[in-house]
Amino acid sequence: MERTGIDLWVGMFVVAGVAALVMLAMKVGNLGTYNVSDAYKVHAYFANVGGLKATASIKSAGVLVGRVESITLDTERYEAKVVMSIDKRYQFSRDTIGKILTSGLLGEQYIGLDAGGDTEMLKDGEQLKMTQSAMVLEDLVGKFLYSKAEEPAK
Amino acid sequence: MPAAKTIRAIGHRTINAVWRIGMATRFFFLILMYSGSSFRRFHLIIKELFSTGVMSLIIIVVAGLFVGMVLGLQGYETLKRYGSESALGVMVALGLVRELGPVVAALLFASRAGSAMTAEIGLMKATEQISAMEMMAVHPIARIVAPRFWAGIISMPLLAALFSAVGVFGGYFVGVVQIGVDEGSFWAQMQAAVDFEHDILNGVIKSFVFGTAVTVIALFEGYDAPPTAEGVSGATTRTVVTSSLAILMLDFILTAMMFGGS
Amino acid sequence: MSASNLVEIRDLNFTYDKRPVLQGINMNFPKGKLIAIMGLSGCGKTTLLRLIGGALIPTKGYVKVDGQNIHELNQDGLYDMRRKMGMLFQFGALFTDMSVYDNVAFQMREHTDLPEELIHDLVLMKLHAVGLRGTHNLMPSELSGGMARRVALARTVSLDPMLIMYDEPFAGLDPISLTVVGDLIRRLNDALGATSIVVTHDVQESLKIVDYVYFMANGVIVAEGTPDEIRASDRDFVHQFVHGEMDGPVPFHYPGGNYRQDLNLQA
Repeated sequence: MERTGIDLWVGMFVVAGVAALVMLAMKVGNLGTYNVSDAYKVHAYFANVGGLKATASIKSAGVLVGRVESITLDTERYEAKVVMSIDKRYQFSRDTIGKILTSGLLGEQYIGLDAGGDTEMLKDGEQLKMTQSAMVLEDLVGKFLYSKAEEPAK
Repeated sequence: MPAAKTIRAIGHRTINAVWRIGMATRFFFLILMYSGSSFRRFHLIIKELFSTGVMSLIIIVVAGLFVGMVLGLQGYETLKRYGSESALGVMVALGLVRELGPVVAALLFASRAGSAMTAEIGLMKATEQISAMEMMAVHPIARIVAPRFWAGIISMPLLAALFSAVGVFGGYFVGVVQIGVDEGSFWAQMQAAVDFEHDILNGVIKSFVFGTAVTVIALFEGYDAPPTAEGVSGATTRTVVTSSLAILMLDFILTAMMFGGS
Repeated sequence: MSASNLVEIRDLNFTYDKRPVLQGINMNFPKGKLIAIMGLSGCGKTTLLRLIGGALIPTKGYVKVDGQNIHELNQDGLYDMRRKMGMLFQFGALFTDMSVYDNVAFQMREHTDLPEELIHDLVLMKLHAVGLRGTHNLMPSELSGGMARRVALARTVSLDPMLIMYDEPFAGLDPISLTVVGDLIRRLNDALGATSIVVTHDVQESLKIVDYVYFMANGVIVAEGTPDEIRASDRDFVHQFVHGEMDGPVPFHYPGGNYRQDLNLQA
């Protein structure tokens, strides 16, 4: 075959392969929804993160605003330290509450942010003071039984 | 003594196998050593990209489509029992990107492009083309083997990505278009669950490793084939068998390393 | 070593798998001459060519080409030496994945920095010399055996080598191609001022063109001389070979024990 013909076919092959990779990354994977360059980082301490994983989504009012960067155990406080990277476009007040929530009954866990009324905004590297840990089924059942036992017998 | 004979046969086969692995490894390093000239003359690699990559396109795309469609169908049947049909996208995508894409594409690549490489080089040897090249003071590993090696390494991840991408559309076609799974949750759950680094990049690394293994095996078998018709046909068979086994074994090792811990 | 010899072989021994293939070979190949090495199939002729080309290492003795011992050269030295040699393989060994043009241009592209226009002219000149300028667009699979041999010849001389080796250049050719190839070998040798070694068992064709003949049998030289001396030779082996007689010093039967016993006939 002519050299130019081969070049054309190989070019199309490489373009198609790279396009497939990009499509996998953007449409199938999470790269399309995750932009690291324009983000700032805040961290928060949770008593229990439950099944939260790194790269889990961070949502406010149901809108994706960032991703969980890392989860580590702080051995001074014995609490989980969660680093979040949040899109620069979304600014949150300093008294924002972070909650670990579950999408649906058995779905993935994510962090929900409820903005407060403070006029000062969170800056890169700051800490989210108010948090609500993940709900753990065993704890819930335990609480329920405990409260039942406390009720005066009729 | 039949027992001693058997043990001797086992010993002979083991020594032979180890010797061949050693030779193949040495061959691999020779290829790397003589690769310089093929990068200076990239059109040699482009020519081989045509015969390894482009010629494997059709089989890869068709196979990817059908594998994706089967995954969609089977996945739906299983997930329906738990009422979680919306996770179909996750299942199809993870199955393809992590495992089936790299592995099946590599198996197809071994039998399509790998066997062709072995047969071609074996025939070049049988018809003294390789000796002729040596007598012309051109190193056959640099001129014949290295460009094919690099073409194989470049082709394999691209083919695996195409396989996975087409497979996802196959799953989408069966799941969403035919059966009627909700389109939004199909894509959304998929995107939420498939991680770029953990899943897609690891899949690419897998296909890269498989591509290296298949190409080295195919080229070694061809270069090492006895210069006769039976020699070449035997080498071609060995390429397909050995590289298929190598793919599956490497897949286990890589999967354990990548996904075993978490 | 005499300055007029391009290749000198002294006391060359080669053993393969404990089987002696060549024993005590002494040969001279004077510059500008066309020399034939003749013998039966499997008598070590091709091995001898590979030893001269440096593809094999002798067990004993040496091969000197242009004053240098081939087997003491390192890889770079050997490759430099091979650029000055050309070898025509038995069935041409054209690169099947390249066109005729690219085959002839192969060494020019690999070893020189000549511009493509110049290569184009050189390739067509080489092809013209073998009478096949019109085939440059064809693939080797589209050529007849004789044409492929001539293209391979054009490729062999593409860098004007000082030493050209031919491995059975006449094997499997029709009578016309045979004469054409034989004539080309002689003319190319004289036109390039090269030295040529032809390994062959085609007596009649080669005796017409060569200057000197070595006869080999079972790894040793059994006779040598000019074509006229060979034709006139009354030695049994040479006579049988030159005249193609069925039985003689080379027996018709492969040694095989007692015929009667093999057929289970009791005497």
